[in-house]
Amino acid sequence: MSLSLTAGAIPGPRKDPEVALALGRRRKRADRIVRILCVGATLVGLAFLASILLTLTYRGFEAMSLRVFTHVTAPPGSEGGLLNPIVGSLIQAALGTAIGTPIGMLVGTYLAEYARGSKFGNAVRFVSDILLSAPSILIGLFVYQILVLPFGGFSGWAGIAALAIIVIPVVVRTTEDMLTLIPNTLREAVIGLGSPKWKMIVFVCWKSAMSGIITGILLAVARVAGETAPLLFTSLGNNAWSVDLTKPMSSLPVTIYSFAGSPFEDWIALAWAGALLITLGVLSLNILARTVLRGRK
Amino acid sequence: MSTTAETGAAEANTQGFGGVQARSEAVLNPPRIAIRNLEFFYGDNRALKGIDFDIPDRQVTGMIGPSGCGKSTLLRVLNRMYSLYPGQRATGEAMIDGMNIVAPDADLNALRAKIGMVFQKPTPFPMTIFENIAFGVRLHEKLSKAQMDERVEWALTRAAIWDEVKDRLDASALGLSGGQQQRLCIARTIAVRPEVILFDEPTSALDPISTLKIEELIDELKRDFTIVIVTHNMQQAARCADQVAFFYLGELIEVAPAAQMFTAPKHPKTQEYITGRFG
Repeated sequence: MSLSLTAGAIPGPRKDPEVALALGRRRKRADRIVRILCVGATLVGLAFLASILLTLTYRGFEAMSLRVFTHVTAPPGSEGGLLNPIVGSLIQAALGTAIGTPIGMLVGTYLAEYARGSKFGNAVRFVSDILLSAPSILIGLFVYQILVLPFGGFSGWAGIAALAIIVIPVVVRTTEDMLTLIPNTLREAVIGLGSPKWKMIVFVCWKSAMSGIITGILLAVARVAGETAPLLFTSLGNNAWSVDLTKPMSSLPVTIYSFAGSPFEDWIALAWAGALLITLGVLSLNILARTVLRGRK
Repeated sequence: MSTTAETGAAEANTQGFGGVQARSEAVLNPPRIAIRNLEFFYGDNRALKGIDFDIPDRQVTGMIGPSGCGKSTLLRVLNRMYSLYPGQRATGEAMIDGMNIVAPDADLNALRAKIGMVFQKPTPFPMTIFENIAFGVRLHEKLSKAQMDERVEWALTRAAIWDEVKDRLDASALGLSGGQQQRLCIARTIAVRPEVILFDEPTSALDPISTLKIEELIDELKRDFTIVIVTHNMQQAARCADQVAFFYLGELIEVAPAAQMFTAPKHPKTQEYITGRFG
């Protein structure tokens, strides 16, 4: 069979150079169209992004001054700043992450090291992934129901709880992903020395996955730093200076929300300043996360 | 380096199939591990069928055979590595010091301290060179700082890597070359002072120079340790092993002193395999 094919009897009509040229032209045309569509879509996306960033930078820096960092929020026209929202956001994001991270790490470790392939593990992973993409206002509502209503009102703790719930699935995902990347032979090498499983996880697996997990945590912080909806129902906001976690607590996103919607020029300017601060914070967290990840290689 | 070449030349007076030279040392020591009617299952799939043979004390047993023949499986039975994975189980006997390795109630951590393992790919832990060695020792012994220093130096020296790393014990082990990492892994294994060391194709990921160093090391280590090595490399089996076991489709086809195996195999399948006609 192979003989008859190699002997020159190529099946089909003879090769026509005209047809080949026409097909080549058509290919080039299709290639150009696809390329124009891709570049066009990219430009549209970039234009929106640039417009947002330019407006934000322009209006944000215009409103930026030392007063923003030294004065608390004040009634319109009375020279207020953003000190309490800044501090409130830092406290809530930091404590929310501090509470959510260990829980998320342990759940992610359970999924990767103990429940791989088990039905219960798959169910937990599924629920965690749903939580990851759940609208954050639902989480706010949930905490409102179980922490705000029964315990007599809005509080910093409620805000922290809401943010922690948002942090958990992000850290679960990255922890599990990073641990799954570790080759099984490394685990076997630890076990082969006669090590109990927990030492393998703590001293070798976590250590191997640490830069990836830290990246996930930083991205989680960046995510909760900009969350507004869950805080509206929980820590509410506070126009006076307060670091009491049992009282309502101010935060940047909620302050932006209420100031930007007000008719007062100076409040609107402060909202832009706040928005710029959050953006810069999230940007630097992202850069930090990338640096950590690169440091691993 | 020269010692092995010389002893190798002195011992290897027999010319085997395909130019493979085997050592002539035909006398095997008394058994260290006695394997009787050992069977192994991946789920319902029987991967080892009625294995019977002895692993001689302080000699090298080479296990050869085509991929999927069960040689690596048997190695993983000997330190119960398979117990990590649900659905894998073994029946029968593999006796060491009056204890059955595959018994369900065996103390796995103690067993693995007694039977160490070196893997195909180097597996350095993400810590310093010193900590890589100390980690395993600390699992089983409480040593003072001085004793630990001494143990780490001893293990690294035995693994022929001390001179290369003595000035950077606090550097990460991940920065070592592949061959150095593999010798570090051997040092880590012997630092626990096992009685048996299992090698699972320890040189298949290494260059020829590193391979030679590991083979010399194995030759040196057998004075104190019982060694089992799985290899795809017939020359390596001939160079290193005192006893060779040939596996095919989950069965032990033939086991014999290396010299005999490579010059006068009894089973036709063995002959076909070592002359390279299949595998």
